[in-house]
Amino acid sequence: MTEVTAVEARNAVKAFGQGEASVRALDDVSIKINKGEFFTLLGPSGCGKTTLLRLIAGFEMPTSGTILLEGADITYLPPNKRPVNTVFQSYALFPHLTVAQNIGFGLEMQGRPRAEVKATVDRMLALVKLEPMANRKTSQLSGGQQQRVALARALAPAPKVLLLDEPLSALDLKLRKEMQIELKRLQMETGITFVFVTHDQEEALTMSDRIGVMSAGKLQQIGTPREIYTKPVNRFVASFIGETNFLPARRDGDALRLGEGHLIELPAGVPEGRAVTVTVRPEQVRLVDASEAGAIPATVQSLVYFGTDTHCHMALADGTEVVARLQSSATGEAALAQGQKVAFRFAAGAVQVLED
Amino acid sequence: MSAAEDAQAATATRNGWLLSAPALAILTFAAAGPLLIVLVYSFLTPGRYGNVEWALNFDGWIGILYTKDIFDETLKLADANMSIFWRSIKLSFLTTIITFAVGFPTAWFIATRPPKARALWLFLITIPFWTNLLIRTFAINEVIRNEGLMNTVLLWSGIISEPIRIIYTDTAVFIGMAYVYLPLMVLPLFASIDRFDMKLLEAGYDLYASRMQVLRRVILPIVKPGIVAGSILVFVPSLGAYVTPRVLGGGKNMMIGNFIELQFGQGRNWPLGAALSMTLLFVVMVALLFYVRAANGEKKNG
Amino acid sequence: MAERGFSVARLPGFSTIAIVVFVALYLPIITLVVYSFNAGQSVAVWEGFSLKWYVDAWANDAVKSATLRSLGIALCASIIATAAATMAALGTTRRKAFKGQTFIYVMINQPLMVPEIVTAVALLIFFASIKVATGYQGLGYLIIAHSAFCIPFAYLPIRARLEGMDLSLETAAADLYASSWQTFRRVTLPLLAPGIMAGAMLAFVISLDDVVITEFVKSGGQDTLPTYMLGQMRRALTPEVNAISSVLLALTVLLLTAFFLLTRKND
Repeated sequence: MTEVTAVEARNAVKAFGQGEASVRALDDVSIKINKGEFFTLLGPSGCGKTTLLRLIAGFEMPTSGTILLEGADITYLPPNKRPVNTVFQSYALFPHLTVAQNIGFGLEMQGRPRAEVKATVDRMLALVKLEPMANRKTSQLSGGQQQRVALARALAPAPKVLLLDEPLSALDLKLRKEMQIELKRLQMETGITFVFVTHDQEEALTMSDRIGVMSAGKLQQIGTPREIYTKPVNRFVASFIGETNFLPARRDGDALRLGEGHLIELPAGVPEGRAVTVTVRPEQVRLVDASEAGAIPATVQSLVYFGTDTHCHMALADGTEVVARLQSSATGEAALAQGQKVAFRFAAGAVQVLED
Repeated sequence: MSAAEDAQAATATRNGWLLSAPALAILTFAAAGPLLIVLVYSFLTPGRYGNVEWALNFDGWIGILYTKDIFDETLKLADANMSIFWRSIKLSFLTTIITFAVGFPTAWFIATRPPKARALWLFLITIPFWTNLLIRTFAINEVIRNEGLMNTVLLWSGIISEPIRIIYTDTAVFIGMAYVYLPLMVLPLFASIDRFDMKLLEAGYDLYASRMQVLRRVILPIVKPGIVAGSILVFVPSLGAYVTPRVLGGGKNMMIGNFIELQFGQGRNWPLGAALSMTLLFVVMVALLFYVRAANGEKKNG
Repeated sequence: MAERGFSVARLPGFSTIAIVVFVALYLPIITLVVYSFNAGQSVAVWEGFSLKWYVDAWANDAVKSATLRSLGIALCASIIATAAATMAALGTTRRKAFKGQTFIYVMINQPLMVPEIVTAVALLIFFASIKVATGYQGLGYLIIAHSAFCIPFAYLPIRARLEGMDLSLETAAADLYASSWQTFRRVTLPLLAPGIMAGAMLAFVISLDDVVITEFVKSGGQDTLPTYMLGQMRRALTPEVNAISSVLLALTVLLLTAFFLLTRKND
């Protein structure tokens, strides 16, 4: 099946300020977002994800580069001429209008007939389950309800792409979980392309079809949540998503030598001689009997209890630190103590070689 | 910046000016522009029946400080003018000091009330602030004039046997100005005390400061911007006061404002009036400049 | 806060001074109002309650015409000043600093900085020559002069309201297909309305209160209520002036209360 591109950015650059003081919020970013997918832009604050979103929405013009919507150049099209709608971080609900008036605003501005506006507003109210609130002022709603109104308002004109700028960040944890499911449901039901911006890696992993990880104005990696988590391409992606171990390594014939010491199975793509960094997720580190083939001896430095699991911080002979995540069991971790000599192995295929 | 951004900036500038144009036009025509005409008039020759003749003449400016002898045209320091300037400056300073002395405790009192009560006290100080200055001058006149409330009560209670005659004296003008300009001092003081973090007081007392030390070493330095603002807001209109000295000073105890008016009325010396106006404006601008610098310095330090 | 024991915010004597200040502020005003109800001719001796002076003032044609003139000028000036100030506020807030912005600020706030007597003299001179040149003697001079010094008072609350307004609301409107005019008409203006009302009311009060500039600009027979009262003051004190003052005072309090409620409700 060939994917149809909904939105595309080509070599988008956005610089703020001039001359010496100029900062590149977006540094030559190219990206294709497919029709009907739930795409997440993930990164720390200031990485350029919101800037990219604002370029797509038309609130900002790129310094150079092109933005395309279904193949048409919309780089300089004003926001009110773009079939793209935004759910704002602060919701930006009109305080002087009712819930229904807020939802109908876009359709009204487009000059749709009254009956159609009413019908769509009713449909949207049903979609976000807010029918009883139709004539309330937005200030009388709870945070979660305001969030739904903002969603309904942006969905009402049936945009080609819906942009969501950290829409869940103002909600408490429980509500946020509910809304994550709700958002996913809405996206499935409407079939609209969602471009979701967040700094919350868990949110990104649970909701997205694909994720674009950004840092320092550049796209670091694009992939499915599973790809991003299991096959991070560089140190930034590996450390930003989940917890991980970084180990210096070097190819030694048909094996990989960790630091100065132990040989492990060689993953693909490691050139002879050059020093590399490998990464292994803590849950892929298993404590084993020291006699087992390929077991690496280490000393327990500290144990941190997390409830469902325990993090075991270990040091190799050369001082390199490795963390193992051990699932809690009724008796398991009681056997471990600080200073104890242990041995571990990495699960097969769990070692990932990083680009830098 | 891209061409699109340049175009946006140009549009912003153009819209800013276009939208401000009506306000600027009105202000140029009926406020700022005429000030230039005053400057021009100060260098012209007085007309016989008021107004001016279009001939260059520095007498207006000289007349601020000197009088010309009618016979030999020698210049003498004008004592009458001097006493008016001295009165204006003296009364303005005194007004500023007394309004601060009683305004600061008042502002502190309001700022330390619980929120609901504070809104009420603040409203009570705002009413006189917005009440017609003339009415407030009448009101204080009701109290201090010879048959006024003050004397009636004092005579009735037997504290005095003769009414205290202060109306039409400098004292009356001073009391009047302090009364009418007090809210101008309290409001900026309140604004800056309101922003003051009361935790700092706890820190001060925790570090063994006495109440007076906390006041002098913690509170006053921090609320200084409010003190400067309040002082300027009182000093500037005091210096240019016209209504209060006219009503309470009774025509004899003139201040600069009344002296300027005189030149355009019976005095019929428009160039002198114009030169006096420019001088007053200059003094006020210097005071404002001082204020701006004090405020900016505060920002840099804070 | 601890009610017992050591209160950090208390400074000795401050509350006493504050209470004395409030009494001193209100005693003269209350005296003025009370004496406006005095039945006697004198403003010194209380001779019983009466509305006589209010009736007299109302019957006085000079007072009636001055009142109407005051209200008319204040109405025109506050409308003109508010319209101009609203546009200027829209032009000078919430956008990147542009060339000349500081100049515009200084110009708008200029009436707050220049002593009233200086402006009054300047307008006297300027308008005198226009009066000679055109022969026009009408109320236009007073209206334009009042409009000018009311602009900064109307500008301040409108600007404050604009600055407090969530910029993303207008962005949201643009996102929802509203043109710039629709955005202004349907979003900006309704949200700005309380600020505009507050600005207009302040302008109205300021215009109604003005003495000095009016005194210098008015032509013969153009007394407003304050200049009429000032003129009366020069002769003999009458309770009639007290009565007019009390009415003006009541009007001010009324407008101020409305202003407070308007600005408070939207906090």
